[in-house]
Amino acid sequence: MTRRSLSAACAATAVIWGGATFAEISPADIVWEDEIAIPASLSGTPGDPVAGAVTVSSRSAGNCLSCHQNTAMPEHDFQGNIGPSLDGSGARWSEAELRGIVANAKRVFPESMMPVFYNDNPEDYIRPGEAYTARAYNPETFSTLLTAQQVEDVVAYLMTLTDW
Amino acid sequence: MKTMTKLWATVAICGAMLSSTAFADPHPDAELIIEGELHIATRAEPPEHLGGVLPEIYSGWLFRTDETRELQMDDFDNPGMLFAERGEDRWELAEGTANQSCADCHGDVESMAGVRAVMPKVNENGELWSMQNYINNCRTERMGADAWGWNSEPMKDVTSLISLQSRGMPVAVKIDGEAAEFWEKGREMYYTRFGQLELSCANCHEDNWGRMIRADHLSQGMSNGFPTYRLKNASIVPLHQRFRGCIRDTRGESFAEGSQEFRELELYVSSRGLGLPVEGISVRQ
Repeated sequence: MTRRSLSAACAATAVIWGGATFAEISPADIVWEDEIAIPASLSGTPGDPVAGAVTVSSRSAGNCLSCHQNTAMPEHDFQGNIGPSLDGSGARWSEAELRGIVANAKRVFPESMMPVFYNDNPEDYIRPGEAYTARAYNPETFSTLLTAQQVEDVVAYLMTLTDW
Repeated sequence: MKTMTKLWATVAICGAMLSSTAFADPHPDAELIIEGELHIATRAEPPEHLGGVLPEIYSGWLFRTDETRELQMDDFDNPGMLFAERGEDRWELAEGTANQSCADCHGDVESMAGVRAVMPKVNENGELWSMQNYINNCRTERMGADAWGWNSEPMKDVTSLISLQSRGMPVAVKIDGEAAEFWEKGREMYYTRFGQLELSCANCHEDNWGRMIRADHLSQGMSNGFPTYRLKNASIVPLHQRFRGCIRDTRGESFAEGSQEFRELELYVSSRGLGLPVEGISVRQ
């Protein structure tokens, strides 16, 4: 093994080892199980259910309550009823399944109205825009709707919703 | 297997939602009566071309709060009437190199009765035109005046005034003959899932009308109330401006107001409300 390839191998190993903490899985590199579930964390950092609750309720983040009712958040008015209630999602689905649904609900429900929250490929959309400006998207800044860590946080929060 | 069982459970939940009261007349007892005299139907049999996707067609008026609905029942309370009043002055105003007013050719604005009900309409050159196009054509070709911007104040004033002349007349856009190809394109657009949120008009206004998206009670997306006075904008909102707002909300790149695409969409959306009376100028949230 040459010196150069050795250092490359070491670097690769470091990435794998460090992966639990640092490496993020990009949307294109997601490994799906049974077509609909994602067993591995997208961020490598455990989800924080408290941060997840903020993402679920915040209009400028996940805005999940726009379409989903959630009994555990009585402090938030105007919960939508387009999609199913979030109640009991942690009892009905596994963590890997919830990660799959939050990242790309259209895998399990192909006709779903639910947006794909973890896809950064503008080619997959019809006339994607620059956020909510009505202007064309900027290839430099087009990104997923939620970050890898936000997906993890939301999944961690949903796992706490076991009553229904 | 486990996943399939969960899927069926979810399907059952969805089924329960579908059979709930979401798809029903939101205010079964509400009647739109303006100034205690003019009865305007807010419910109609769906046009045949819809193929049964809507059980009955409802004006957006029925989906609004008591307070908003009441504003439209009194012309003094309806803030949109101020635009029509200004439109009356503009109707009489001579402009351009020909020094002509609308009234010089068209006489009393009441001669415009029925115009709003058939817009948008294919013109003599085979182009699909909205009311704004016809107005600007008069201005540039006959009056020798500048065209007005689609969302400009004078355009809002005069389209409001002209629409008001058709108040109570059923929407009667032509969708066959020369209009058919435009209508088809508009239809395709209605079902296209635009933007990063991948939402079509149909996702909200056909599949989920009657449900809540946050605080918004989703209507069937009927256009018979346009131009509408929108409380949120504190102004008259032309239909294309609303289209733009909807596509913006899909995190999509909009088409321009007045574009070919939006005129085609205007025709198709209007045709979903065939039979509902023109309300312009309506009041919405």
